[in-house]
This record gives sequence, structure tokens and C-alpha cells, in this order.
Amino acid sequence: MIYLGIDTSNSPLALALIEDGKVLIEETSNLKINHSLTAMPAIEEMMKKAKVAPADLTHIAVAEGPGSYTGVRIGLTIAKTLAWSLKIPLHPVSSLKVLAANGQGFEGLVCPLMDARRGTAFIGLYEGSSLMPVIGDQHSDVKEFLLKVKEFNRPVLFTGMDVSLHEALISEVLGETAHFSGMQNRLPRASNLILLAQESPESNVHHAVPEYRRITEAEANYNKAQEGQPL
Amino acid sequence: MNKDIYILGIETSCDETAASIVKNGTEIISNVVASQIESHKRFGGVVPEIASRHHVEQITLVIEEALQLAAMEPHQLNAVAVTEGPGLVGALLIGVNAAKAFAFAHQLPLVGVHHIAGHIYANRLEQEMEFPLLALVISGGHTELIYMKEHGDFTVIGETRDDAAGEAYDKVARTLDLPYPGGPHIDRLAHASDEAIAFPRIWLEEGSYDFSFSGLKSSVLNYMHNAAQRGEKIAPEHVAAGFQNSVVEVVTGKMLRAAEEYKVQQVIAAGGVAANKGLRSSLESVFKEKEIPFYIPSLPLCTDNAAMIAAAGTVMYEKGLYGTMAMNGRPGMPLTSWI
Repeated sequence: MIYLGIDTSNSPLALALIEDGKVLIEETSNLKINHSLTAMPAIEEMMKKAKVAPADLTHIAVAEGPGSYTGVRIGLTIAKTLAWSLKIPLHPVSSLKVLAANGQGFEGLVCPLMDARRGTAFIGLYEGSSLMPVIGDQHSDVKEFLLKVKEFNRPVLFTGMDVSLHEALISEVLGETAHFSGMQNRLPRASNLILLAQESPESNVHHAVPEYRRITEAEANYNKAQEGQPL
Repeated sequence: MNKDIYILGIETSCDETAASIVKNGTEIISNVVASQIESHKRFGGVVPEIASRHHVEQITLVIEEALQLAAMEPHQLNAVAVTEGPGLVGALLIGVNAAKAFAFAHQLPLVGVHHIAGHIYANRLEQEMEFPLLALVISGGHTELIYMKEHGDFTVIGETRDDAAGEAYDKVARTLDLPYPGGPHIDRLAHASDEAIAFPRIWLEEGSYDFSFSGLKSSVLNYMHNAAQRGEKIAPEHVAAGFQNSVVEVVTGKMLRAAEEYKVQQVIAAGGVAANKGLRSSLESVFKEKEIPFYIPSLPLCTDNAAMIAAAGTVMYEKGLYGTMAMNGRPGMPLTSWI
């Protein structure tokens, strides 16, 4: 069994190959590169290094979002096309859960986040021991979400490369219960993605779609306009 | 004896998710198009983020259907051809990444095709091309006159300096409160009208093969505005006919002059607006009179499709023009020759 893991849901690119529970190769870059241009060459290069041919793959794991809309789509398009055309299972995993796995084993809660501008983030809350979701992934005002987290009154580990943008606010709201992962543990790791994928069900390849956790601006405006109309 | 060539084409440059298998660049084996038009209608135009979302939902389904209808397996294909540009960047890169992943999975050559080259080669699926050739590509995103000395040799001799023709059609249609996309509605109204408002013909400077449609569009808007201020009712069909007459006369005039100057053996038109009845009948009659063979592909091949990408991709494949895994969607890709 050989799993290929692909996470392009934010500016880092994370790839890995795991064969029968052994990590063959794992790559994480944080170079703000264009995934559309570089993801496939990086996959090709990595598989060449590991001497794994496309036909040797038995499973594809992919980060399904939330995150950058375009980034999530690139990873999912590549993963869907590989899985469908090689006739192998596809396992989508929450991009936030992949980040949360950086804090697995933390005695308390793990809160992964990705900045989404204007004081908002894609954010979720997971149990540190089991990585079970405590509050579902969502797009939220950061402060509002932190107030919900505060109610648990438990230690919380924050992870994700955008944590630094919100560190002051997090400390202000949560005080001493807030903990921050080291910078080496803020990037997504595709080995974690694959390990999570092994526990998650395979998805119908054709129906696998990004979990954007946010409707488009055009739809939001359209909905507002519709609501404004008399019935 | 030459072996047959089978190319999988993929097209996602705007609001159609399409895949097709073409044999020898001339014969359609399967041709699948998933249109998003219903989804964009409520916004009065294509919303790029929504187009991208639909492409990722449809892409593997559409490619699978193209293979199933052709009763073919990936290993029977010679290459994968995909629209590399121009188009909406977020939309293009769905097709490009799917094509790259498919080519990688089955170790097939990858060919990146220019969308306009595709529109021109759509003709080859119904009628072999004869050179030298003049092609008009006219759609919601493009208005270009292209001269071809031979396969893969493109010289853009004229293009729009502002709006694409189809864009002007849609804008005029919107001011007439016609539903999106407005082109076919204007065509229908114009066809039924017995009178036409006299709008200007925008020829630009003498000898130019370029087009401009925004001035004409403004004239139409001014006419509507002035009529509204005077409290006069306008007849939408007279406006539609006047607008369409101006477009048709200028496009036909420039094409005829170019066809004669370049002494072409064949004239072809392609793109969504080439389906316009008024334009089609005007072009047919002038080229018939001049005895220059003129062709327009049937409607499904005029609008965006992947068979045309596979058709153009076949010629590129034969020339060994392969792309790499580093191919990206190129929204502003220029049309360059392959020779």
C-alpha cells in the first residue's frame, strides 16, 4: 500500500509518500510559490526520488480545505484526477485537521487557524488527545470564535502559520490558557495528512469537492438582494 | 501506413467544462460539454470564482464520460491536449492541473493549446482546412481576424481594441432588459424587425482590420438614454436591428477586404457569435458572390468545446510540441505560431 498525500490548501506545499506505514519521503515548503505551476513537478520529482511509479500508488490523500480557494482547488483537482484515472481510493481530510495534527498529544484543545483577512479566519477546535472535532471547521470572526473557545476553560494550543497575526488577540482573550506551537509545527505535514486519511472513509471521487466553508461574494450579495425583496 | 492518433482534449477556460476524444485531428469520437450557463444567469454574467467551483465539481465526470462514450482506456490515447490560455485564470488552471495529473498518471505527452487556435481548428472537424486561410474568431471574449499561411502559422491581422463583439451584444441586451446571455435575443429581435435605427459604423482608420465595439455600444446607450429623457417609448427590435446591422456590416466588410488582399483559399468563422444568424447569412452571401469557400462550424463546435482543443492539439502533437508538468494556466497567453 502506497499513499500519496497532497496539501496545497494554503501557501505551503506539503507532499508525502507512505508505504505500509513507513514514511518514504516527505516535503514541506513555505516559499509562497504558485501551486498550479509547481505542485505537479514536485509530485513527479518526489515520486522519482522514491522510485514510485504512478501505477504503484494505492491511495490518494488530499487536504480538502478550508483555505485559499484556488489552492484547495489545485490540490483537489490533481488528487481527484489521479485517484479516478488510476482507479484508486481518494481520502479527503480537513486542512484544519491536518494542522491540528501538529498538536496531537497536547493535553487540552488544539485550535488550528488560517487567516482570512478583515479579522476573520478559517478556524476549528479539536481535542488534543484524539483530534476529534470539538467545534466544527468554519469561517469566523476570530474574536467571536475565541470567546467560544474561552468557555471550555481548558489549555488551548494554537497552530497554523497565521497564528502570529492573531497572537496578541488570542493572549488578550484567553490569557494563560493560550499556548502557541513552535514555528516548526505551524506548517501542514503531508505525513500527518496521510495518517488521518487512513482513519477517514474514502470518498466518491467524482463527488469530492473543496470544503470552502464560505460562499462566494457574488452569492452572498445575491442572497442579500433576494432577502431585501418583498415576498 | 500511418497509425491513427487519438487525443484527449480538455477545455475549462470560461464557463464550460469540456472533454473530448478526437481521431487524427479531424474526427470526433466523443465530445462532452457541461455548461454552467444556468448557474451564472442569476448574476447576469460569468462569475469567475463560481466558474472555478463548478469546474472542480465536473472535471473528472466530464473526462470519464468522454472516455466512456469513446469506449476507450487511457493507454489507448496518444496525448492529452488542454487549453493553456487565454481565459479566466482560476478556470484555466482546473483543466491544466487535471490534464497534467492525467498525463502523469498514464505517462502520456501533454500539449498546451491556445483557445483561439482551438476555435479555428474546430472547422477541421467538419471541413478540411485549405491554405492560405482567413479566420474570424468572434465570441464573448474574443474578436480577432487571423491569417494562416499553413498549419500552425498564425498572424493576427486585426483584433478588437476594446470590447469583444459578444460582450457588446450582452451589454446592449442588458439595457434592453433581455436575459443573459443576450446575443441570441438581439439576433432574434433583429431578425423579426422591419426597421432599424441608424447607428454609426466604426471602421477605424483606413486600411485597419481592427475592431471597436465600445463606441457603438455607447451610441446605443445614448439613444436609449435620450429617448427615456424625452419620455419616448423605444422599440427594442429597432434598436436590436440597428445595432446588429452595424456589427454585421463592419465585420463583413473587413473580412471581405482581408480575404481579397491576402488572396485566401478559404474563409472560416468560429466562436459563439459566429452562430449569429444575421452575421452568418451576411458572410455566406458575400463570399458566395466572390466565390471564396466560406465555412462556419455547426453550433456545438462554434461555442466552447474540447473537440476543438483536441483537433488543434493533434497538429501540435504531430510537431512534437509537448508541454511539461510545469505548465500553468496563462490568462493573457498570446497566439503564437507553432512553426
